[in-house]
Amino acid sequence: MSAPQTSQPLVSVQGIHTYYGKSHILHGVSLDVGPGEVVGLLGRNGVGKSTTLKSIMGLVNPSEGTIAFQGQPITREPPHKVARIGIGYVPEDRRIFKLLTVMENLRTGLDRAGVTETRKRELLDKVFAFFPRLGERRNQAGGTLSGGEQQMLAISRAMMLEPKIILLDEPTEGLMPRMVSQIREIIGVLHGEGVAILLVEQNVPLTLDACKRIYFMEKGAVRHHANASELSVNDPVIHQYLGV
Amino acid sequence: MDIPWDIILIQTVNGLVTGMILALVASGLTLIFGIMDVVNFAHGELFMLGAYAGVIVITATGSFWLALIAAVLFVALLGAALQITTLRPLLGRDPLNTILATFGLSLVLQNYALWQFGPVARKIQEPFTGQFTLFYLQYPWYRIVIAVLSAAIIAGLYLFLKYSRYGIWIRATTQDRVMAQAMGIPVPQVHTVVFAIGAGMAAASGVLFGPLVGVNHAMGLDWVLKAFIVVVVGGMGNLGGSILAAIFISLLEAYASIWVSPSQAIIVSSVVLILTLLFRPTGLFVPTPK
Repeated sequence: MSAPQTSQPLVSVQGIHTYYGKSHILHGVSLDVGPGEVVGLLGRNGVGKSTTLKSIMGLVNPSEGTIAFQGQPITREPPHKVARIGIGYVPEDRRIFKLLTVMENLRTGLDRAGVTETRKRELLDKVFAFFPRLGERRNQAGGTLSGGEQQMLAISRAMMLEPKIILLDEPTEGLMPRMVSQIREIIGVLHGEGVAILLVEQNVPLTLDACKRIYFMEKGAVRHHANASELSVNDPVIHQYLGV
Repeated sequence: MDIPWDIILIQTVNGLVTGMILALVASGLTLIFGIMDVVNFAHGELFMLGAYAGVIVITATGSFWLALIAAVLFVALLGAALQITTLRPLLGRDPLNTILATFGLSLVLQNYALWQFGPVARKIQEPFTGQFTLFYLQYPWYRIVIAVLSAAIIAGLYLFLKYSRYGIWIRATTQDRVMAQAMGIPVPQVHTVVFAIGAGMAAASGVLFGPLVGVNHAMGLDWVLKAFIVVVVGGMGNLGGSILAAIFISLLEAYASIWVSPSQAIIVSSVVLILTLLFRPTGLFVPTPK
């Protein structure tokens, strides 16, 4: 790598093609996320936003193209290794371990080699301070939580990995406005701690507010790229790619 | 007709003893199914190999307890090796592939045992031969010890699954394999460990049960068939359900054999199986079918 360390993206996706069986979902997606940067990924349903996140995570394998994390290729790495090097994943449907308690859900990310008991306590205290509901319900099964609480748990669970980047897939989907603003706050907190975020959303105002840069996807590829500060909610670009 | 209370009590004890051993075999089977969706047709052969490993160690050392531990360790390691070589490459394929693979393993292991040890049954000497009086019967203490040890092993498994880091990994992987991976849980390794645990538990049952029946190459067949019935009746992949179903079916069979011959009593478990499949296919002891 000849590029200086400062300009190296944290996650770099170059021209990936991903298939589900015979359906060609991603047609050469390329995007970068810098260290500590909050980046949005917008587009209509079914354009491949979630598949892009799953490809980065290693949950689906691209047949072409490369994915790099801090300059190291991770294209064919199994998901558990991708998670351990510092990529957290909050899927669209949250995928809480429903029969595990809140605490056990968190322990799936916390019980790693090299994490001291003190550090574990700090990480837990941090999420319980931010989401007191989770603290109150720590011994309750994940499946008994409300949708909003499950979303908090899904984000907190990813934070247990102390990731350098979190892939957030539609975190505000189906949530009440109060919960949505809490999600907005936690994105701010994570950003403040230097955690990068790749945010897939349908909520345009929140995305423009939270992100520095936005990628627009259409038909399995990135078609447009802009700084969030240059866009407004009623921008023609937004209309073109989201049809709102 | 008089109710034969003494016989009923004796059969309750018999049913519980058999039920605990069966629960030990079935809990390994159901754990493996729950996490990998693999129906392990070679489970009976792991039970049989455990018993043979026990015979060999007892012959060499004379210690039953050493034999129990050695057999568990040996068969657990063997199970891990079999899982890595035979099942890991098939992960994510159609379940038929793994059924055929484990069925193949079962045939190989059974015929290996026949070739290596011959058709004549071996005997494992029970570690102690004391008896107590149960009505007109001299009931061997060893049977009670088997039941208690089986219960202890199952309780150990429960505590391991409930509290240990690996236990949480296993339960998380059972519920959502994909999300478990995304949380950094090394799922392929978890699968291997679970298979090894299941194999080790089968081996423990083989050694514990060895003194009651002869050890031969086909001894796994009866047990694995019953264990399959238990696993289905208890709800595929449901550990607690399997344990209850093992005790339930063993008690039913024990009571049935008061009035009919033991070989006919087996019909009872088949009837329970069919009724379960017809009316409650998710299992008898599952709180709410999902």
